[in-house]
Amino acid sequence: MNTFYFIAFLSVFFSILVISAKNPVHSILYLILTFFTFTIHYILLNAQFLAIVNFIVYMGAILVLFLYTLMLMNLNKDSEQPKSSLIKIAAVIGGGCFLITIVAAVKALAPSDAVILKDTNLGLVKNLGKTLFNEYLLPFEVSSVLLLSAMVGAVLLATKDPKATA
Amino acid sequence: MEHLMSTIHTVPLNAYILLSSVIFSIGVIGVLVRRNAIVIFMSVELMLNAVNLLLTAFSVYLGDASGQVFVFFIMALAAAEVAIGLAIIVMIYRNTNSIDINVLNRLKW
Repeated sequence: MNTFYFIAFLSVFFSILVISAKNPVHSILYLILTFFTFTIHYILLNAQFLAIVNFIVYMGAILVLFLYTLMLMNLNKDSEQPKSSLIKIAAVIGGGCFLITIVAAVKALAPSDAVILKDTNLGLVKNLGKTLFNEYLLPFEVSSVLLLSAMVGAVLLATKDPKATA
Repeated sequence: MEHLMSTIHTVPLNAYILLSSVIFSIGVIGVLVRRNAIVIFMSVELMLNAVNLLLTAFSVYLGDASGQVFVFFIMALAAAEVAIGLAIIVMIYRNTNSIDINVLNRLKW
């Protein structure tokens, strides 16, 4: 019980630091810590496959992509002009309204049961692979097409147009 | 492993819903407050991860593996989205020498 609440506190703390850090590089480093706490959440839920995928894909690939883009474009100086405080207050009120709605709805519910793992094999690779390749075979193939088109699109967008620069 | 199981036994589902909605709201506030396009992208990633955690918690709660397969698909989609988004940001930076989103207010429809 204590482990979950401690890790949950760390998640919220680091995600607040992500949006409040002035330097974008610090933001990314805090985001890596946030995702690490999410990996611990997955391990606590015994979702071992998702924990590994979160660790490798998110922390290993996506955030390194962010970091390289930021450093290659040499944007790691805080050149950002802050928004006016009116917009900031409006943004916090807007986000807070959403949060209050959810919290009030959860309060109106009866106290929920504990999250109990009924089947210990649920989050393992064997079980998830059977589900993925039996029930979700078509979405799996479609997502491969999505990744291919994303790769082609990224290469097309990021390369310089030779006709425009000539 | 036994200790891990006894840890999870006592956490109510509402705690997971509250944690996910807090982190989702932090992501929303980050999108609205910041002007750096890359930090806005990172806030979107925070929102996606809050949803992932909630899907996993419900999947364990209901004993259904479909939720965790959905999380896997969301992760593939996030990877594609980041690749395209960062390519667009690089292109914007090349054209305007800035990644401040307020530079983009000249976009017209």
